[in-house]
Amino acid sequence: MSAATDIKTLVINGQDVSARPDQTILDVARENGINIPTLCHLDGLTDVGACRLCLIEVKGQNKLFPACVTRVEEGMEVTTESERLAKHRRTILELLFAERNHICAVCVANGNCELQSLSQELGLTHVRLPYRNPELNVDASHERFTCDHNRCILCTRCVRVCAEIEGAHVWDVMGRGADCKVITDLETPWGDKNSSCTKCGKCVQVCPTGALYEKGKVGIEKPKHPEFLPYLNLMREAQ
Amino acid sequence: MSKLKVATVWLDGCSGCHMSFLDMDERLLELAEKIDIVYSPIVDRKDYPDEVDLALVEGAVASVDDEAKIKKIRAHTKFLIAMGDCAITGNVPSMRNPIGPQAILDRAYIENATLQQQIPTVLVPKLLTVVRPIHEFVKVDLHLPGCPPSANTFYTVLTALLAGETPDISALTRFGA
Amino acid sequence: MNLEELQQIAASVHADNEQFDFEVNVCQGTGCLSQHSDQIMAQLIKVVAEKGAKVHVRKTGCMGLCAAGPLVLVEPENQLLQHVGVQHAESVITHLGKEPEKELQCNLREHFDQQVHVVLENSGRIDPERIDEYIARDGYEGLVKALTEMRPVDVVQQITESGLRGRGGGGYPTGLKWGMVAKAVSETKYVICNGDEGDPGAFMDRSVLESDPQRVIEGMAIAAYAVGASKGYVYVRAEYPLAVSRLTASLREARRRGFLGNNICGTPFNFDIEIRLGAGAFVCGEETALIASIEGQRGTPRVRPPYPAASGLWGKPTLINNVETFANVPPILRKGGAWFAAIGKGKSKGTKVFALTGKIKNTGLVEVPMGMKLRDIVEGIGGGVPDGRTFKAVQTGGPSGGCIPAELLDIEVSYESLVQAGSMMGSGGMIVMDDTSCMVNVAKFFMEFCMTESCGKCIPCRAGTVQMHELLSKICEGRASMDDLDLLIDLCGTVKEASLCGLGQTAPNPVLSTLRYFKQEYMDHIQNKRCSAGVCTMTHEGVTA
Repeated sequence: MSAATDIKTLVINGQDVSARPDQTILDVARENGINIPTLCHLDGLTDVGACRLCLIEVKGQNKLFPACVTRVEEGMEVTTESERLAKHRRTILELLFAERNHICAVCVANGNCELQSLSQELGLTHVRLPYRNPELNVDASHERFTCDHNRCILCTRCVRVCAEIEGAHVWDVMGRGADCKVITDLETPWGDKNSSCTKCGKCVQVCPTGALYEKGKVGIEKPKHPEFLPYLNLMREAQ
Repeated sequence: MSKLKVATVWLDGCSGCHMSFLDMDERLLELAEKIDIVYSPIVDRKDYPDEVDLALVEGAVASVDDEAKIKKIRAHTKFLIAMGDCAITGNVPSMRNPIGPQAILDRAYIENATLQQQIPTVLVPKLLTVVRPIHEFVKVDLHLPGCPPSANTFYTVLTALLAGETPDISALTRFGA
Repeated sequence: MNLEELQQIAASVHADNEQFDFEVNVCQGTGCLSQHSDQIMAQLIKVVAEKGAKVHVRKTGCMGLCAAGPLVLVEPENQLLQHVGVQHAESVITHLGKEPEKELQCNLREHFDQQVHVVLENSGRIDPERIDEYIARDGYEGLVKALTEMRPVDVVQQITESGLRGRGGGGYPTGLKWGMVAKAVSETKYVICNGDEGDPGAFMDRSVLESDPQRVIEGMAIAAYAVGASKGYVYVRAEYPLAVSRLTASLREARRRGFLGNNICGTPFNFDIEIRLGAGAFVCGEETALIASIEGQRGTPRVRPPYPAASGLWGKPTLINNVETFANVPPILRKGGAWFAAIGKGKSKGTKVFALTGKIKNTGLVEVPMGMKLRDIVEGIGGGVPDGRTFKAVQTGGPSGGCIPAELLDIEVSYESLVQAGSMMGSGGMIVMDDTSCMVNVAKFFMEFCMTESCGKCIPCRAGTVQMHELLSKICEGRASMDDLDLLIDLCGTVKEASLCGLGQTAPNPVLSTLRYFKQEYMDHIQNKRCSAGVCTMTHEGVTA
């Protein structure tokens, strides 16, 4: 049976849905108007399953599955909302807020930040964990963009968009654990004269928070537009 | 029915939350029929009353003075609301946390002072090493994020509480709102 | 190479040994070397030469009882000598055939008699860099048998029948894994040996690689034949320089003897092995991170499925097993799966090597049949807790495992029973603790390990371990409230259920298991600001609720 005709049926939150075998639970859920919170996922980029917000329950399995990388299976019964999932999602957001210095009120992304809106969506009104207050730098060496590590949540969207879409692979991650940070080239300033940055700005557009932003602009004036990605991929495939 | 005894407190914050509170404008008159403001920066009363039904606390805990105040407030208050981002996250006052209080004092009183370069030690409370949200010191009954929470938020929350209902905070406001 | 040729090599080794009256094996494993056993060996050789004695002084790998090192084994008497120093060389040689000096005699019957050596059968008895000595002890018989008498499917069948399970920690049935890779359709497949042993207190794999590297090479070659791979990688930590150098020499020897390369044993089977060095990241012991590391990428795990058996190294079907798992394979092929399945109990077959460390008399490596009582390992083989102290707990499974208290010492060691007790088999580290250990502090130690070794990819592990460590520090210092304990338990739940890979999913285990068995110690720290073991220093600050 070819992939095109091998259609699976499954149940998400009690709703019967159909899917192609190459679709993920996240794809199918969103197609059917069921929202699952995500941060590292972005349509058009490969999924890494790192933020763990899209975890869902599958009937008969005690383990939780990340919806963004879990393929549909025939007869699967998926639950995307439960007390257990809500608790984990809120805790993950708390961990992110406490990890670095997310001062929403003075952030360029205030009002256009996915971390901020998710906290509202998931009913997070305060963070129970102590703030870590790390001392992090801001790289403003680039002529057009700024990288503020205080706001970075290490979703690696910038790394992926630069490598996969722009093909430049300027961004990557260095360090381990809490010391991880995104870097440009071999940890040289973004605006270095030998930088391999093509100044395309895709990383800025896909950044969910105020970690990467265009100089001279604040979030309210200029929301980010990552919608170009799926379209770009579609056009490339068509060629 | 006796009126609800309400206090508003100003710790380390910009007073913006209080401004927003006052922005309820004419709705304040409506509220005034049900509540009494017994303690507030805008009320001439020096000591925190012994029995308060509801307190709205603005600002983070940044000094030994703030710490003593919030503990006293908790002890004499039935229902405590953390009002605004500073009280909930530390917000702008907590931006000094990565570098510590000494760097801030130096910048304010030494580097940028043209006359009498010295850090004050008397009559001003000692700064804590890190600025922290109030729920790290005392139990908070309701968190009302926002910088500041809007007048509408205040009104909706207060009327809901007066009616004995639990307001849905996330539907009204968020961090940085 | 066929069985007769193997026998010829063995015969010539035996004939060489016949020339000597005695064989003196000197441990040159990392443990004894750290006490200059190389100098002892040099001195022994010198003394033998001076006396013109017919004695073969042999460099060998680990003899197990590291606590009594440097160790020397005299054959044919099978007399073990302990704490041998350079100054004893003369006396060792002159006492050959007679009773050795009292202080050198190591007669720990209860330590050795209860052990069953399968993986360690050659350790301490052969020169790890001489392939012929391995062959003389039936080495490569399993490979030759597999290549000349069995189909790949028969090899998988033998492994399945043996009931062997992954010795790296998870305990996944090895036969099932081999079968999956064998069935995967691909022209290119890989076999990887995971030697990135990183658990604190674990050194089984290092010892096997140092003492009997050919066994691992043979196991990998058999696996490669069974699954249809022609290329293998051994991923070893760079912190194991001796293991790496012995393995490198052994690979060369194996190629020279034709056990690696093209047309092995005159069959169409081709296979070769390359060494890859780990750069010190604990997480690279996780199979998908290890694969990423071999590929030259950042060593971070990825979501499974797809499992490496379907899509592993460079997207090809890959068999990945631990050093000890591969080391079990040659005897299974030689003696049959049923022989192996007869050792052990229930669903846990064969033996397991444990590294006994901590507050225990007989520190070192032991190999016991599965199903042995934990008490027999700790009190019998291990000799119990020294200095008259009381046993408190034994930690198994490294940072992913847990602490097993005294009241559970009678459980039988198997994959299932350890999990039931809130710990896990893990790779085989066993850290014994006495009443001078504070269990909260132990949990903090392991949490610190997980925190610094987190790769940082997923949020629960990266940030959650930091917060849990902070909370544990707070408890240890007497600054915590009951709310903090609740928060800690809450975080344990999220990190366990929401983390991406095994490292994060198991990181809360040391906390959960100590909370399960030693909750009183947590309460003592929190409510009474007291550490009964006297380990933690309390800060007497005002505590806020």
